[in-house]
Amino acid sequence: MQLDAKTPEGSLGEKWDNHRFSIPLVAPPNRRKFQVIVVGTGLAGAAAAATLGELGYNVKTFTYHDSNRRAHSIAAQGGINASKNYRNDGDSDYRLFYDTIKGGDYRSREANVYRLAQVSGEIIDQATAQGVPFGREYGGLLANRSFGGVQVSRTFYARGQTGQQLLLGAYQALARQIEAGTVTPFNRCEMLDLVVADGRAVGIVVRDLLTGEIGTHSAHAVVLATGGYSNVYFLSTNAKASNATAIWRAYRRGALFANPCFTQIHPTCIPQADEFQSKLTLMSESLRNDGRIWVPVQFDETRPAGQIPEDERDYYLERRYPAFGNLVPRDVASRAAKKEVDAGKGMGPMRNGVYLDFADAIGRLGRDTIEARYGNLFEMYERITGEDPYEVPMRIYPAPHYTMGGLWVDYDLMTTIPGLYTIGEANFSDHGANRLGASALMQGLADGYFILPNTIAAYLSEHLGTDPMPTDHPAFAAVVSEVEDRVQRLLSANGSRTVDWFHRELGKIVWEHCGMARSAVGLEKALVEIPVLEEEFFADVKIVGEGDSLNQTLEKAGRVADYFQLAELMCRDAVQREESCGGHFRVEYTTAEGEAKRNDDEFAFVAAWQFEGDGAEPCLVEEPLEFENVELKTRSYK
Amino acid sequence: MDLTLRVWRQEGPDRPGAFEEYPAPGISSDASFVEMLDIVNDRLTLEGREPIAFEHDCREGICGSCGVMINGRAHGPQKGTATCQLHMRKFADGEVITVEPWRAAGFPILKDLVVDRTAFDRIIEAGGYIMVDTGSAPDANLIPVPQEAAEAVMDAAACIGCGACVAACPNSAAQLFTAAKVAHLNLLPQGQPERFTRVESMVETMESFFGSCSNHGECEQACPKSISLDFIALLNRDYIRAKWRNPRLAARH
Amino acid sequence: MTITKDAPARRRYPWPIEFYRSAVGKKWVMAVTGIALLGYIVAHMLGNLKVYFGPEEIKQYGEALRDLGGDLVPRTNLLWILRIGLLGAALLHIHAAYSLTYTNWKARGGRYRERDYAAVTYASRTMRLTGTVVLLFVLFHLADFTWGVKPAATSEFFRGDIYANLVASFERLPVAVFYVIANLALGLHIYHGTWSLFQSLGWSHPRFNRWRRWLAAGLTLAVVAINLSFPIAVQVGILEI
Ligand SMILES: Cc1cc2nc3c(=O)[nH]c(=O)nc-3n(C[C@H](O)[C@H](O)[C@H](O)COP(=O)(O)OP(=O)(O)OC[C@H]3O[C@@H](n4cnc5c(N)ncnc54)[C@H](O)[C@@H]3O)c2cc1C
Ligand code: HEM
Ligand code: HEM
Ligand code: SF4
Ligand code: F3S
Ligand code: FES
Repeated sequence: MQLDAKTPEGSLGEKWDNHRFSIPLVAPPNRRKFQVIVVGTGLAGAAAAATLGELGYNVKTFTYHDSNRRAHSIAAQGGINASKNYRNDGDSDYRLFYDTIKGGDYRSREANVYRLAQVSGEIIDQATAQGVPFGREYGGLLANRSFGGVQVSRTFYARGQTGQQLLLGAYQALARQIEAGTVTPFNRCEMLDLVVADGRAVGIVVRDLLTGEIGTHSAHAVVLATGGYSNVYFLSTNAKASNATAIWRAYRRGALFANPCFTQIHPTCIPQADEFQSKLTLMSESLRNDGRIWVPVQFDETRPAGQIPEDERDYYLERRYPAFGNLVPRDVASRAAKKEVDAGKGMGPMRNGVYLDFADAIGRLGRDTIEARYGNLFEMYERITGEDPYEVPMRIYPAPHYTMGGLWVDYDLMTTIPGLYTIGEANFSDHGANRLGASALMQGLADGYFILPNTIAAYLSEHLGTDPMPTDHPAFAAVVSEVEDRVQRLLSANGSRTVDWFHRELGKIVWEHCGMARSAVGLEKALVEIPVLEEEFFADVKIVGEGDSLNQTLEKAGRVADYFQLAELMCRDAVQREESCGGHFRVEYTTAEGEAKRNDDEFAFVAAWQFEGDGAEPCLVEEPLEFENVELKTRSYK
Repeated sequence: MDLTLRVWRQEGPDRPGAFEEYPAPGISSDASFVEMLDIVNDRLTLEGREPIAFEHDCREGICGSCGVMINGRAHGPQKGTATCQLHMRKFADGEVITVEPWRAAGFPILKDLVVDRTAFDRIIEAGGYIMVDTGSAPDANLIPVPQEAAEAVMDAAACIGCGACVAACPNSAAQLFTAAKVAHLNLLPQGQPERFTRVESMVETMESFFGSCSNHGECEQACPKSISLDFIALLNRDYIRAKWRNPRLAARH
Repeated sequence: MTITKDAPARRRYPWPIEFYRSAVGKKWVMAVTGIALLGYIVAHMLGNLKVYFGPEEIKQYGEALRDLGGDLVPRTNLLWILRIGLLGAALLHIHAAYSLTYTNWKARGGRYRERDYAAVTYASRTMRLTGTVVLLFVLFHLADFTWGVKPAATSEFFRGDIYANLVASFERLPVAVFYVIANLALGLHIYHGTWSLFQSLGWSHPRFNRWRRWLAAGLTLAVVAINLSFPIAVQVGILEI
């Protein structure tokens, strides 16, 4: 199979314009004749559904949430990037493009990333007009903050709730279309499979979470906006229900899955407190501006932090990276913390955290200043741990946070299945091997508001005059019976262990071998362990209750069931990529100082995997990455 | 910690419900309230009993999914805290904890502790937005917003749509939620053109599902985001003005 | 999906009805009528203070009320207009109160087994009760002093002799007790009512918001103290024939 990214002709700056001009349009009166399914109403999905509705398409949205407002996007804290250059600090579309390509360790497509930078400004305009209360200066104009890995100030924010406010903006725009009748919402309705017939996506199979009824919906095109898969690790910063089922089912129906091993581990999260912990909480990256990270010099230190004298503390980031110190990029900071904890220098009851200490900053700036800057974060920390970070240093540890990998899409955001589009975190996106802070919100909204609603016309216009495939077509029946069998299989196992038990076990394997540091040996081990666990899962999982009513355990089980094979694919991808780049760190491929070593000669490609059937090994398809505009360099933070 | 839970169990929307008691021994005081429920549920599952249905997702107090009545308080005893952020160290060893779903006619019970909060979506659909088609927005800095106003707007916009205000209100009124949404948009310059039509239709939709406000103030205390009652005053004022003023002159506030 | 039905389509009515149909509109009406009633209570209370200056003072005051408007309007006309206005306000107030009570009762989804309030006051929870007590009180009170209907009124009732009627009435211990209870109820009612009306009318400003509770407390205290003083003064013999 040959992958065609359909990158348009022209210089970087002209590609998007050229492309939009070349796309055949759908005339306004004809749009109503097209049925489009949007699965997921996070930032990407809500923005796309609302915009398609405004344009006049007939849209159906699906989410397993009770309301479109609850998607995982709501939890994003820090901000959203845009190359507005309001600060006059030398920002431009090109610089945002460059920073993103470089931050992604040169594993993303130039044309897509440049387009992202081009529309970024419009996102801020759109959100502001919708009433998103971005932070303002005293003069009433928009404020910005800086984020890791860049030297300009281009991040727009709404206190620590940027994701919430942006999602509410999109949700409200969607509510308006629901009221107008262009969008029909199907809430508490989970997509369990994709229907492909005649070589294209024709509809989906869903389960109504309240009645358990398996239903079918057909459309001219299907858009997946179902988010990332960090929850494969069990413990992550993602919302508990975030899952990979939709994209995984699409993969199994023929959509290629790109770069599954590119996952991001965020350095500043609150460490696990006990065996029963269900998820990890992020502490904003901004804390590293004033906090100093350290561990005791002595192994198995037992004294409380306050009693460890200054000369027995190791400020390891400042020591190892004097130029960037505590502000090294996410992947570097995460790996350094892991190294200390693995060496037995972790602190806290489970000895699994490093200190993030504000004592110096409080001494220098006063408690009030620190409170003004981070008050809400300190409060959040206090609530979770019961410790007062003004008095004792915070304990932090890295946690899975974001997945750069996802379904492969071309420039139009279409997967390898015609008529199936993927947007937001669910696609393999513009972030290469590492995402910069505040860029996920930008990408989700760019896809949803500005890119997909334009590019989808190219496909739809070819189908003018056709009806969506009727849902009584045998193709639907076949998928429905497969879905029903899967549900039945889960319910009938009646084993002796809970879904969470299996999920935790799986998480431990993936975290251990396909987490912050990976090795061929470890990955091969995981590739043996995962299928064994999967088999045990189907034989021994216990689900109480029926399939014909609200059954949260069954929902969870279905999601976990799909993680096993995804985890396998991640490991397979990680084995294959014999280099270290971005979030993918292979211990075998390091510089003499132990830093990541990229291999551009052999691995400057997107690894897209094709499903070949159960039991068969998936097939790797490479999309070579060509860099015409930027020069590939090694990142250094010393 | 050793606890006892007294939980409302109800199979479905129109089924009768009843309290059941479950011992919950050996709970870590570092567990959050929902993690405690996870543990109880895992134990129930292994005993072959159906786990307690309850909603949650983000587990960091922002999605608004979680929320139950804990010992008679919406979201439990800690102020400004959602159920998922509440930790067991706030309870005493040996305590009997009563857990009930939100109760309001506008929030019908679906199962156990899960209620249907779709009425909130209906309120938003009635006008909780600014009509701006994608692409038609002017440059963001064309509309200055005084910083103080932006802060007030953010105070209102912080609402997570959890429904605790309704659950806590003796009248099952959704005034605080609606007020927060209305204030968010009506305080902004961008929100002025639809200000009065918005408040009219949102309030009327709200009233078709919920009770009326007698200014008990219980909602503000229960709200995990501590949304202020002042926004209710603003809602009332805008609604009254919407009824009295000439819509053709709406641009002159 | 959902089991919540769509909001019913609303029929549009002429403006004042439309306004009054909404709960927020009704609360506005309650607040406005509440202010009128409050105004009456305060004025009536101040007027009643004249009993402490003796029978003549209070009688003149009664006459003055009837002369309100001076020669511009026929005698007692303005008083009647005020009376009708007050009666109208009271009726609206009561209608709105009962209708909102019904709305709220319907909106509730069953009782909580356990309930732990964090903000409601005894006053706010008992508005319906205290309102009803006040209503019953006023009926009794009118029968006692205005209509002279026995047994509410004493056998010595003589229209126009306010001082004598008052002292005679309050000399009956059960009546004095009833007045005390009714005025305590009234105090509770206006304590919540005075703060509440600011919210209902949308009067909110950081400059005065923190005074709203104080205003309510002060007003309540004054009304309760002064109104209670009359039956007590009679009972302890400060006021006598
Ligand atoms: C704690 C945290 C903080 C973050 N902070 C930032 C930040 O500051 N800046 C930034 O740029 N990014 C941030 N991110 C990343 C960013 O929030 C996400 O990448 C982004 O919101 C993803 O949006 P989405 O629309 O793609 O998917 P989501 O928001 O995850 O939405 C997925 C949607 O799909 C639905 N869905 C999924 N599967 C199905 C199915 N099978 N059937 C039906 N519906 C389905 C869900 O119900 C949901 O509506 C943060 C992430 C986390 C975890
Ligand atoms: C002289 C007598 C009265 C005075 C001064 C008075 C005053 C007030 C005031 C100021 C309010 C607050 C209105 C608001 O929140 O906007 C109020 C509320 C109320 N009144 Fe009265 N009132 C009187 C008599 C009555 C009577 C006779 C009844 C009923 C039988 C009554 C029942 C109520 C009720 C139930 C409320 C609360 C309404 C709600 O918040 O939903 N009141 N009153
Ligand atoms: C203890 C305190 C009170 C005393 C001593 C008192 C005394 C009187 C007297 C003597 C009259 C007759 C006046 C006349 O005929 O000219 C009167 C009338 C009246 N009082 Fe009171 N009163 C008291 C409290 C109240 C309260 C609390 C209310 C209302 C809630 C009230 C409502 C009225 C009304 C409606 C009238 C009839 C007024 C009229 O004729 O227009 N009174 N009162
Ligand atoms: S106002 Fe507060 S309590 Fe009510 S829904 Fe919003 S956040 Fe929840
Ligand atoms: S508790 Fe209820 S009565 Fe009003 S002030 Fe809050 S909505
Ligand atoms: S689970 Fe999201 S607010 Fe509690």
